[in-house]
Amino acid sequence: MGRYILRRLLSVIPTLIGVTLVIFLFQRLIPGDPAVAMLGEHANAENVARIREQFGLDKPAFLDRDALAEGDLPGFFDSQYVRYFGRLLQFDLGESIHRRIPIAETLKERFPATVELSLLAMSIALVVGIPIGILSASRRNSFLDGATMIGSLVGVSVPIFWLGIMEIMFFAVIMKWLPSGSRLSSGIVIKPITNLLLLDSLLTGNWVGFKDAFLHILMPAISLATIPTAIITRMTRSSMLDVLQEDYIRTASAKGLSERIVLFRHALKNAFLPVITIIGIQAGTLLAGAVLTETIFSWPGIGKWVYDSILGRDYPIVQGVTLLIAIIFLVVNLLVDLSYALLDPRISYE
Amino acid sequence: MTNGTAMKPLMEIKNLTTRFYTQDGVVNAVNGISYTLDPGEILGVVGESGCGKSVHALSIMRLIQIPPGEIPAGEVFFGGRDLLKLSEREMRMVRGHEIAMVFQDPMSSLNPVYTVGFQISEALMLHKKMNRSQAKVRAIELLNLVGIPEATKRFDNYPHQFSGGMRQRAMIAMALSCEPKLLIADEPTTALDVTIQAQIINLVIRLQEELGMSVMWITHDLGIVAEMVHRINVMYAGFIIERGFVDDIYNHTLHPYTMGLLGSLPSIDEAPGTKLISIPGLPPDLIALPEGCPFFARCTYRVEQCHQERPQLENAQEAGHTVACWRWREIQGFGVA
Amino acid sequence: MNSENKVLLQVINLKKYFPVSRGLFTNRQTRYVKAVDDVSFEVFDGETLGLVGETGCGKTTVARTILQLYRPTSGNIIFDGIDLTSLAENELRKIRRRMQMIFQDPYASLNPRMTVGNIISAPLDVHTDLGGKEKQDKVQDLLRLVGLNPDFVNRYPHEFSGGQRQRIGIARALALNPDLVICDEPISSLDVSIQAQVVNLLEELQDRLGLTYIFVAHDLSMVRHISDRMVVMYLGKVMELADRNEIYLRPRHPYTRALMSAVPIPNPRKARDRQRILLKGDIPSPLNPPNGCNFNTRCPMAQAICFNTDPEYREIEPRHYVACHFA
Repeated sequence: MGRYILRRLLSVIPTLIGVTLVIFLFQRLIPGDPAVAMLGEHANAENVARIREQFGLDKPAFLDRDALAEGDLPGFFDSQYVRYFGRLLQFDLGESIHRRIPIAETLKERFPATVELSLLAMSIALVVGIPIGILSASRRNSFLDGATMIGSLVGVSVPIFWLGIMEIMFFAVIMKWLPSGSRLSSGIVIKPITNLLLLDSLLTGNWVGFKDAFLHILMPAISLATIPTAIITRMTRSSMLDVLQEDYIRTASAKGLSERIVLFRHALKNAFLPVITIIGIQAGTLLAGAVLTETIFSWPGIGKWVYDSILGRDYPIVQGVTLLIAIIFLVVNLLVDLSYALLDPRISYE
Repeated sequence: MTNGTAMKPLMEIKNLTTRFYTQDGVVNAVNGISYTLDPGEILGVVGESGCGKSVHALSIMRLIQIPPGEIPAGEVFFGGRDLLKLSEREMRMVRGHEIAMVFQDPMSSLNPVYTVGFQISEALMLHKKMNRSQAKVRAIELLNLVGIPEATKRFDNYPHQFSGGMRQRAMIAMALSCEPKLLIADEPTTALDVTIQAQIINLVIRLQEELGMSVMWITHDLGIVAEMVHRINVMYAGFIIERGFVDDIYNHTLHPYTMGLLGSLPSIDEAPGTKLISIPGLPPDLIALPEGCPFFARCTYRVEQCHQERPQLENAQEAGHTVACWRWREIQGFGVA
Repeated sequence: MNSENKVLLQVINLKKYFPVSRGLFTNRQTRYVKAVDDVSFEVFDGETLGLVGETGCGKTTVARTILQLYRPTSGNIIFDGIDLTSLAENELRKIRRRMQMIFQDPYASLNPRMTVGNIISAPLDVHTDLGGKEKQDKVQDLLRLVGLNPDFVNRYPHEFSGGQRQRIGIARALALNPDLVICDEPISSLDVSIQAQVVNLLEELQDRLGLTYIFVAHDLSMVRHISDRMVVMYLGKVMELADRNEIYLRPRHPYTRALMSAVPIPNPRKARDRQRILLKGDIPSPLNPPNGCNFNTRCPMAQAICFNTDPEYREIEPRHYVACHFA
């Protein structure tokens, strides 16, 4: 098992390097002067010069052969990519072109918002999806099963923006039960420790703040959760159906074990592997920023931010966030693989 | 042991019928079979695929999926009550406890993500109300009993770390854990190598002698049952077509199907160049069972009556030997009916 | 079949090792599964050679390597005087039509999307230029030969029973009039009464067409019935080779003896009277065969020499070969 984990962890490094290379290359694929491409033809010269300097565009892309010819070994390695990589190692993602604020700082503010929303949405998806999937599988073709299948189909098909707007209309505008956007009402302050507002308010004993944050996050979380819930329900159901056909389930029943134990102890652990894969993919997608949900609910996460940046051609932000998303997927995949090893003893041993 | 009349049977099956509703129609898997099983008896249930031997065992255990399955008729008397009439909860107390089952493929019959020791302990904790450590002690004893070396270490191993023969021994240990009165073994050695099969057969015989339980050994292999069982039920198309003590079945075979089955087996002392007797044709479609004898289409002795009326099991000369055939007397050469 | 017949196939010191990769990132191979480890035997024209053994003995690998489905790690396969191991792929292809195989699983070895006619005519398409009516006639002849209705030409495999599918497999194997047919467990998945049908068919075809069979199986009584001579393998090596009656009545190798005594006898009195030799333990893994004789972990007669020296495979009587220090 140890060897498997070690191998898996080590394989992250070359992948990460590869990711930075790809992101780096994409920018260079734009024909013409990258700086002008970023800023547009009518950009002023000062900005262009600043971009050129930030990205080191006067240097060669990868390796400076001229410097090598002159015997300048450090100079050989002084290239755009190396500089870029060096800055990454210092967590320097550059600055926004238009606002000139360091990207890393904005990330620190906005990423937790997305994380909090995603975590809550994923929790809803798991808490709702998995039990319903299990029950559906055990009561195949029953009313519950039929309702589940229809429900999950609806969940996957309903456009999120429509759902979100409907929620706002009903809960915020008509019933006035819930606020219509953003994370907190004005005037409420929560001491930022992790910037996960629900957590921070609990840590500081701020009950009022907690309640407010909770009311704000409820609708967007439910909107965001619809697709993952539907998918996880279906996946759990079909995986359970497969497992329930297996011989060892018959053996467990033949021992006189109750249906509950057969389902939750014998079947679930085996059925869970494909579900974990799906959870991984969904988690990655959620964390990558739910643009639609964030836009509708004015949620200050990275999804909306990167969307705006693309429209505003603020490339350093796009580059930085893309890198972050890539890292998120890497980490999530790593966790999924490691959990395989935990769940399935056949994988740990060779 | 088994003289039939002197002691009360352990299990009495009357008219057990099992059907499956499928898209193509109703599959009549088990068609009104009846027999008794004595305490300490080893019964061989023999037949080819589709004859209903496994389905009838699953019906006894009530492990048939309902729907699409259905047990519309029959009684299974065990321990003084009809198992088919018990509630699910009462039946669960029988399964794994009074009647235990061992299945064909030990790799797929054991849960790959739990240790073998745990899977053996489960029945003990459930039926014998043991706690974890008590169950562990007993499970290790059982692993020793079935001949698994290094039992303590093996307790914590997973199924994929066992070889095929070892896994089947572990399954047997699991089945015997709560001292069942009846052990049902459904083709337990079919997936195993010949020398391993011999080990397992030897093990079951030894355990039966030591523990005194009844055993139902389900197989298609007439070679295996010859050496280990007391009585045989021969099944075809969901019917029992012949039943008797083992010597009678082999030495005074009565039903044409049984004869054909025995004839298809090569024998050690056959002359070189002997052709095997093969039964022509195929078993009948269980959805559209013929009215008369199910073996009619393939029988060399058939007459019109066989086509019209279904023969019931009737007594033949030896004690305990019954056969479902209109012409068994003539076939044996005892005058004309 | 007597040994005056010519030798159709020679297997000489055949080895087939499969690498198993180890190492953290690379595929550095430090271990091998020695599936076939120095196997030699001959097959005479017109005979049936039975090849038996339990899991991991290598019999299926031998069969496949003979047909060059696997290329041997070392050793030679001489078919009718031609060394197959030295042939290039295109030359090998010409020889292939003379050696065919019948497979174990009649459900898996027929392409479910091809009609029976296409399945049987596929070899004809590859190796001959028979076309149109000639090819159709040949296919129908083959179906009749194996006892199937020639009208079934346009049906699909799933419309047939297991025994019938196996007949289709046989028809396919015979399409090119091969000299050698390797039957790899052809009856294991079939019901007992159907097994007899298929075995009778195989014997009849052998008489009619002068075929030579290598019959790989684990059902020892059936193998004995159909074979003239038998090879007993264990963990990649040949333990014993002899005429079939010798193997059954006077086995010389302790493994063969245990194997024969384990075969179920469908006769209650004989079965009860029989003395069974029970082997202890399990078959070792072919990744890690024991030092010395492969059978030493389970042999009731193992002595010190068995643990450090591989026994020599030698002819102890005419046509009777054994690999044991004490045979």
